[in-house]
Amino acid sequence: MEVIFLLIAISLVMAVTFLYLFFKAMRDGQFDDDYTPSVRILFESQKKKVKKDQPTKPKSYE
Amino acid sequence: MIVNPNPESLTKCFHCGEACTESPIVLEEKSFCCQGCKLVYEVLSDNGLCSYYDLEEFPGESQKLKSSKFQKFDFLEDLDVQNQLLDFKNEEECHVTFFIPIIHCASCIWLLENLMQINSGVISSRVDFIKKKVQVKYNPNKISLKELVVLLSTIGYEPKIKLSDEGGTSNPSIDNKLITQLAVAGFCFGNMMLFSLPEYFSETKLLGEGFKGLFNYLNVLLALPVIIYSANSYFLSAWNSLKQKKVNMDVPIVLGIIALFLYSLWEIFFSGNAGFMDSLGGLIFFLLLGKVYQQKTFATLEFDRDYKSYFPMAVTKLVQDQENVVPISKLSIGDVILIGDQELIPADSILLNQSAYIDYSFVTGEEIPVSIKKGEVIYAGGRQIGEPILLTVQKSPSQGYLTDLWNNDAFEKEKTGNLEPLANKVSGVFTWTVLAVAFVAFLFWSFEDLSLAVKAFTSVLIVACPCALAMSTPFTLGNTLRIFGKGKLYLKNASVVEKMAQVDTLVFDKTGTLTSPANATINFHGECLTDETKDVLKSLVSKSSHPLSNRINQWLGTRSFLKIDGFKEIKGKGLEAFYFGECICLGSQEFIGSKKLIKISDGNLVFLSIANHEIGYFHIQSGLRESSPPMIRELAKSYELHLLSGDQSHEQLSLRSNLGPQINFNFNQSPNDKLEYLQNLSRNGKHTLMVGDGLNDAGALQASEVGIAVTEQVSHFSPASDAIIDSSVISKIPEFLAFAKSNRTIIKISFLLSFAYNLIGISLAVQGLLSPVICAILMPLSSITVVIFTTVSTNLVALKKGLIKLKKD
Repeated sequence: MEVIFLLIAISLVMAVTFLYLFFKAMRDGQFDDDYTPSVRILFESQKKKVKKDQPTKPKSYE
Repeated sequence: MIVNPNPESLTKCFHCGEACTESPIVLEEKSFCCQGCKLVYEVLSDNGLCSYYDLEEFPGESQKLKSSKFQKFDFLEDLDVQNQLLDFKNEEECHVTFFIPIIHCASCIWLLENLMQINSGVISSRVDFIKKKVQVKYNPNKISLKELVVLLSTIGYEPKIKLSDEGGTSNPSIDNKLITQLAVAGFCFGNMMLFSLPEYFSETKLLGEGFKGLFNYLNVLLALPVIIYSANSYFLSAWNSLKQKKVNMDVPIVLGIIALFLYSLWEIFFSGNAGFMDSLGGLIFFLLLGKVYQQKTFATLEFDRDYKSYFPMAVTKLVQDQENVVPISKLSIGDVILIGDQELIPADSILLNQSAYIDYSFVTGEEIPVSIKKGEVIYAGGRQIGEPILLTVQKSPSQGYLTDLWNNDAFEKEKTGNLEPLANKVSGVFTWTVLAVAFVAFLFWSFEDLSLAVKAFTSVLIVACPCALAMSTPFTLGNTLRIFGKGKLYLKNASVVEKMAQVDTLVFDKTGTLTSPANATINFHGECLTDETKDVLKSLVSKSSHPLSNRINQWLGTRSFLKIDGFKEIKGKGLEAFYFGECICLGSQEFIGSKKLIKISDGNLVFLSIANHEIGYFHIQSGLRESSPPMIRELAKSYELHLLSGDQSHEQLSLRSNLGPQINFNFNQSPNDKLEYLQNLSRNGKHTLMVGDGLNDAGALQASEVGIAVTEQVSHFSPASDAIIDSSVISKIPEFLAFAKSNRTIIKISFLLSFAYNLIGISLAVQGLLSPVICAILMPLSSITVVIFTTVSTNLVALKKGLIKLKKD
């Protein structure tokens, strides 16, 4: 039964680690904007397609 | 001749989706409504960014009203200004965050995040859609800040750069510290529950005494961060309130927390029992949850803007015919400044040119420009329209006619008002009652058994801790805030709801609040207009963006477009075009060359001449919103009403007949008069609510107990206020007020509900029967009941009042 002492210690350490990770994510601004990423994730494939179909002209706009 | 009787079948602009009037500009089989939209398309197609148009249909904004002059961004070359704007700067990389209110769809995000394909100087850009902000990282050696802003403006995303951006700090939507406190409390509470469960199910007997001790000590350990960190705002608030010899809601909470903690320590260390640590963690967790829920904020809205937010950051100053861009703060009296088209005048100044045309819509809410002659004073806040003008500064920007308002004491201090939240009134009585019950219980038992007496005393304090009581207010108000937000009334914070329920005097501004440009009344005086003339007029006015043209356009209704040539808009004068070789002129009296003497008391005149023959004139007056008279009549039943207007009093008769006799009219009110009027009302013991729109109402909004700013577009400008209302829902003000009132009833009922729980708890506690298990069940149960009750009942009431609709699947 004494192994439970060890398990409790491990569970607490794990829980504290998750708490720390949450704070870290919060400080990094992960929860500041919860809408834009949901739109952004759909862009990636389309961007590549555009590049294939229409090669970007090297003309830069001023 | 292109005759198109049905405007719906008109070609839509490929960029912005607006109907193209007359002949669209065609490029690569795509039609555009104006040069601006075409230009944006060209830029995007040159850089292979055409998926912009695949993501959403007509993603762009019409570019018709945009001025193509980018000199106005010259001030961005000033190093001081740059340092204020940049978040980060080194040799190779600069970071800057722009506020771009136009951001509205997925295409916007996509385009703005692909800026690097247009200009290689941009390293990366990231959009925050909710806040409508873009953070751009760029290489200052390849692109300057000004070029970046010009680039954004060219593709139709002009950033709003304001003085208040200085420092670049943005408030996160919910206080980060509060979230951290909640996370700590939640973490500790959850773990304490786990360690306490064996005790409740008497499993410790199976596990052995060693575990019981360990679990109890772990609970103490976990309770420490909750007490020290998570609950510290309650300790502070209770201490501050006691220092002022008042008892607010946090006092009984703190009393309960302390009693819980000390009693549990004693139980654990001296009696070897379980204590109430898990209840303590749960209590603080639920309380903080309520606090977070109450803190609903509207990310794109700002409630605390002062005049500086509206004024440009820099202005062109002339020194010996040399143009210098200087920050506003460096402007002094006597300086000669140059103001270009669409620029704001930053300080009260005297006009040096022959004439100018100034749009005071920021100041008064009235959007028709007024003409100013040489030597006359132009007040700060006016917007120049047309050719650049020269001005001599008369007063420093902070001392102007308008900005002087902000030196008034009303802006110095936080609004206090004499309305107290309901919870604070109750908590005083509540605390004393609980203390009295606790002492009576203590005395009663102390004759028999001292330890039982201590137990009864602390149990009463513990169980009476007004968790449910303290949660009913934040949850009701927080929910109301959300319901109001759905109804397009955005409150600064939850306490405004309680104030709204208690106001007894309503003050309205006239222009822009009760009246609306869209409801203008237009009369044509002169020769009868033939259908053909009306068609020509329609074609003419639809090409102009001037407010008066828009109103005539609306008045003409749906008509066919005719082909007119040589269209010219002379700013400050009028419109000119040719139809079958005949010159058609529409504009001011001098522009037409009319010499008629016409006296009008109010409104604007627009003259029409065809082939130098004067046909007649339009008389345009701003009209009441259709919804205003019924709303005023409705409100007059239960409130004292006042109307403040900066206009002349000649409209009084027609207003009185429209709005009813109960309203107190006050005309010729300067911004300062309005402020003093409100201060007088509150001095006479009235609880005031002010509804206004322009900067001229800013003082009154500040001096009132609840100031509601009206705006046509919510993300746009509005003066400092407690609430912002979309102009389309002004007619719902009676419902909003009634809803705020019924909220008070809901809070009262939920108080009763929590008293009922307290009664059960206290009756157990005075008998010394309170056990950790009962406590652990009773506390969350009462909290959850109250939360469910307030949420359900506020939603039901809102549904009944038509403020929210059931979603139809």
